[in-house]
Amino acid sequence: MSQDMPFDLSLTEEQRMTRESLQRFAEKQIRPIARAADEAGVAPAGFYDSTVELGLTLLPIPEIHGGAGMPRDPMANVLAVEDLGHGDISLALGALAPLGVINALLDFASAEQQEAFLPRLAAEQFVPAALALMEGRATFEPSELTTKAVADGDGYVISGEKRLVPFGADAELLLVIADLQGSGPAAFVVEKGAAGVSAQAADYMGLRALETFTVSFDQVRVPALNRLENLDLERLVDLSRLGVAALAVGCCQAVLDFSIPYVNERKAFGEPIAWRQSVAFMVANIGIELEAMRLLVWRAASRARDGLPFHREAYLARVLCADKAMEIGTNGIQLFGGAGFIRDYPLEMWYRNLRAVGVLEGSLMV
Amino acid sequence: MINLELPKKMLMVQQMSHQLASNVFRPISRNYDRIEHCDTPEELRPVAQMLAAVRPSQNKDKDKDKEQGAGDGIRNGANLTGIVGVEEMCWGDVGLMLSIPGAGLGNAAVMAVGTPEQKEKFGKLYCAMAITEPGAGSDSAAVSTSARLDGNEWVLNGEKIYCTAGQRCDAVVVWATLDKSKGKAAIKSFIVPRDNPGMALVRVEDKMGLRISDTAALSLNDCRIPKENILGSAEVADTEEARKKAFGGVMQTFDNTRPQVAAMALGVARAALEITREILLKEGVKADFSKSLNNSTAIEAELYRMEADLDAARLMTYKAAWMADNRQPNSKEASMCKAKAGRVGNAITLKCVELCGELGYSEQFLLEKLARDSKIIDIFEGTQQIQQLIVARQLLGLSSRELK
Repeated sequence: MSQDMPFDLSLTEEQRMTRESLQRFAEKQIRPIARAADEAGVAPAGFYDSTVELGLTLLPIPEIHGGAGMPRDPMANVLAVEDLGHGDISLALGALAPLGVINALLDFASAEQQEAFLPRLAAEQFVPAALALMEGRATFEPSELTTKAVADGDGYVISGEKRLVPFGADAELLLVIADLQGSGPAAFVVEKGAAGVSAQAADYMGLRALETFTVSFDQVRVPALNRLENLDLERLVDLSRLGVAALAVGCCQAVLDFSIPYVNERKAFGEPIAWRQSVAFMVANIGIELEAMRLLVWRAASRARDGLPFHREAYLARVLCADKAMEIGTNGIQLFGGAGFIRDYPLEMWYRNLRAVGVLEGSLMV
Repeated sequence: MINLELPKKMLMVQQMSHQLASNVFRPISRNYDRIEHCDTPEELRPVAQMLAAVRPSQNKDKDKDKEQGAGDGIRNGANLTGIVGVEEMCWGDVGLMLSIPGAGLGNAAVMAVGTPEQKEKFGKLYCAMAITEPGAGSDSAAVSTSARLDGNEWVLNGEKIYCTAGQRCDAVVVWATLDKSKGKAAIKSFIVPRDNPGMALVRVEDKMGLRISDTAALSLNDCRIPKENILGSAEVADTEEARKKAFGGVMQTFDNTRPQVAAMALGVARAALEITREILLKEGVKADFSKSLNNSTAIEAELYRMEADLDAARLMTYKAAWMADNRQPNSKEASMCKAKAGRVGNAITLKCVELCGELGYSEQFLLEKLARDSKIIDIFEGTQQIQQLIVARQLLGLSSRELK
């Protein structure tokens, strides 16, 4: 699979242009509304629709199903996620949740299943959709699920509870991962309005701008067509960990970018606090660890793009990004002193959002 | 196009260097750590010959760069090759690698800024580098060894310490000032043959690690060398800007050498991690990435975290070298990778000693030696703190006057 390419970190012209427009969107359309959305616990009306213009969801959908038919490219997705995460993790997660379902359908669904579900996600306006993997256990392991599915006549019946599900019962499609009769995890498309689905809003320490729900499945019946034929759960989890890690990279970059002018302007003892090594070294270490995070994510994503094994690489990216996201988040607050703790500034919100990096599983498949 | 895997050419360099490290360095590693003070180990002489044979000359190297510019004109050239080779050799033994005749830091300086005549004359010798003095370490601009022109000769006076290979080398590149009152701009480097009258070996240091590598103190007493032995121009810039530029040129050498030193840390740490994994595997500790971090044991989690840090440090080192190969300014990235690799190298090697208990502390395995060897890598070629200072200045846009 691997061509003999040089080690290279340069973007293609297309990637450069895409990044520019996504960065502009994050700066102008996401960052200014992030705090209010965090306080309100919901994105402002029209926000998600405005993200459709970015084309992220439409790009990989085949033309016959209403998309642009661009190749599946986890590396390109990681760059996009990073840029939107620079605006705000919660809102980016909401905007990109449907892309996770689209990518899962592209990777794991038969042609017939793609035809059945992809056109519904290829609309001009935002179509809420999400993966539903997580369950409420401290020792949660993606491959060991308590949500159960059993074959029943010409379909399946799903019972159990999924947590931290964006959009909940409002989602047009939920891709529910459940244990199939003890034979391991399987993926089921649960359509909006299915009988037996109920959702309860659930609040978290962070990700407050994202509407999150605990979704219960009480004997929910889905047709046989709705079970994705080729689920590779490890791939789903790994690509999701990369997506979340890329959000962390974007947000940690925001911490760095936001801190630099502050420590250069804020004076103590008659000079900028940036002139003090204890402050300056903290900034340096944010820069150093951010670089470490980004390169681990990029390596795993480029391997995924090229069809190379990337489980170990994604695992390591997740481990480092979860740790360093916490470190950078808390140091961002520390650099701002008391101001970092005040909700007028974004630092404490970023920190609360970054806490999710080590928690989320199956939330954003790139 | 973004690709963080090495191309085949680099994998070949890696494989060849690994064989050398595995077949030549590893078997003698412990023994030479015990011997500590001796002449160049005999086993390294054929290694030096072999390396000299494959080392391209400056001009050939440029052609090679062009030829390797596959794809969109992106080069994987001499800098990345060096990184890959250094990591592998240091996986074998960092002290032995630093003891290979002909591969000294002074050689890098001669090849970087020497005239064609100087390269011809000194390029094939074993050249050490003498910067540090009892009163000048990280602040290399505070060098007080003096150089005075007397007719057709430079006369050098002063004391140099911590000179790697200072005992065994053929020549030393000595940093000295033409006029201390003129600061950085007056600091020049001079090539002094090791047996030149006036240069004397004061002592060879006893060290915590890196023992087989000779670290020398040298004295210069009215040491006379030919006028043409100065590296670069003898002029002292007279404007503030020109002075900055002149010293900046000297410091730029570090942008190429810091990633190489980072690669040393990578090699040493990887060796420790591999040995630790082998030892732990016998106890049934697999750490095979099959369970989430939350459901892993503490030892497994430590292994994962060390691998993540090590891989990240390696990619940062590749990046700094890749930038150098593609003529991009990489001062920040060179310091970033040195800082990251230096500290995770220390942390990993010590953690490996800890995780393996008595076996880690015992001389039966190399773990305790690797931890001792690793320490210096976070100190020489710019300490952890100096790297952080450079990175901070770059990120914050501050001068060395503002952020001291």
